[in-house]
Amino acid sequence: MIAQSFQYASPGTLAEAISMLDKYGEDAKVLSGGHSLIPMMKLRFANPEWLIDINGIPNLAHIKEEGGVIKIGALTREAEIEHSDLLKKYFPIFADVTKLIADPQVRNRGTVGGNLAHGDAANDHPAVMLALNATIVATGSNGERSIAIDEFFHGFYMTALEHGEILTEIQIPEPPAGTGSAYHKLERKVGDYATAGVAVQLTLDSKGVCTAAGFGLTNVNPVPLRASRSEKALVGKSITDETIAEAAKYASEDCSPSSDLRGSEEYKRAMVAVLVKRMIHKAVERISK
Amino acid sequence: MEITLKVNEVQHTLDVEPRTLLVHLIRENLNLTGTHIGCDTTTCGACTILLDGKSVKSCTILAVQANGKSVRTIESVAGADGHLHPLQEGFKDNHGLHCGFCTPGMIMRSIELLENNPNPTEEEIRWGISGNLCRCTGYNNIVKAIEYASAKNRGVEPASTEPQFV
Repeated sequence: MIAQSFQYASPGTLAEAISMLDKYGEDAKVLSGGHSLIPMMKLRFANPEWLIDINGIPNLAHIKEEGGVIKIGALTREAEIEHSDLLKKYFPIFADVTKLIADPQVRNRGTVGGNLAHGDAANDHPAVMLALNATIVATGSNGERSIAIDEFFHGFYMTALEHGEILTEIQIPEPPAGTGSAYHKLERKVGDYATAGVAVQLTLDSKGVCTAAGFGLTNVNPVPLRASRSEKALVGKSITDETIAEAAKYASEDCSPSSDLRGSEEYKRAMVAVLVKRMIHKAVERISK
Repeated sequence: MEITLKVNEVQHTLDVEPRTLLVHLIRENLNLTGTHIGCDTTTCGACTILLDGKSVKSCTILAVQANGKSVRTIESVAGADGHLHPLQEGFKDNHGLHCGFCTPGMIMRSIELLENNPNPTEEEIRWGISGNLCRCTGYNNIVKAIEYASAKNRGVEPASTEPQFV
């Protein structure tokens, strides 16, 4: 399948890319890893007149630690995230999630920034970034602005990014001691979207009381969903069978999955509850290590 | 749009439409038809090639994105004298192919897999080729073929090449 004709530009600097986006407006799309956009163009679901390829722009692919914040450049490939020692040290959740994103060849191309900027509730990083309380950095002609992850997803393929803005970095607070994280998605086969996915990050104090909790859900809601009631069910309490069951129940009640070829609404809610329980156990297990 | 890229160590300058897919450039402009188009939807992996050493699916990359880069296809894998690469030998001796349609993609993917992990476990091999579909073999003999190449690359005597029927 061949996409509709378009013009292609490969700017060498961020400023040049932004000025092209400003110039071409809604007729332009940003090309990052391209593994969502190019298939959509081949199917002619997307027909941009201009494709602005940001792959040649320097300083957008990094994973670094600065002042208690982990900064991930938007062009960082999934394969780099999968094998990053810095991310492994703080966030075991990234090894969980990247292993489940498509397949190795796709992970060699797909970028974390593209995964988020696509604004698809079926993608996996949105739930992870909700659980980790990430901040999105967008750069436009007026400079950089920071967007809290809770403000970022607006609807199906809709995000807080304005025309002329490029998602350039993801910032995640370095977790305090006693923090563990985990992600799993139920998928029918490699490369499928999630039937349901759950991201969890928990912090426990020395007495085992939960001091912070983050829960993000994949593909069970029109937009990536923070399971706020599940978080509140754990914070200030010990992790017991009862509090875990409560968190699982709230997440399965608060999401809004649609019945489709991956399963009925009822099944998906049940799977959310199962995954919440399992991911809490896994996160806690990782804390005790 | 004019682009320059290296394919199997040979420099090419071509004029392509931006919408040309890399796999079409490889097959139709350069007549390197060992790279196959299977699903054309980033699923099957038959079009896997190496782009600057990384295995990628060339049906989901624009030819213009390979401008200035280096591409490696299945045609470069055997020696100039026809001497087979350990992976090719492994697939041949272990019955790692029946119809052969997936084989070029399997081999190009496995080259990077073994570069990153010279001695993978069976599970690592299965995850490593999870983006490549084979509809004939049931994968067992493909896994054996990759194990064979891994052993041979490391100078270890490969296990028996008797085909495995499960």
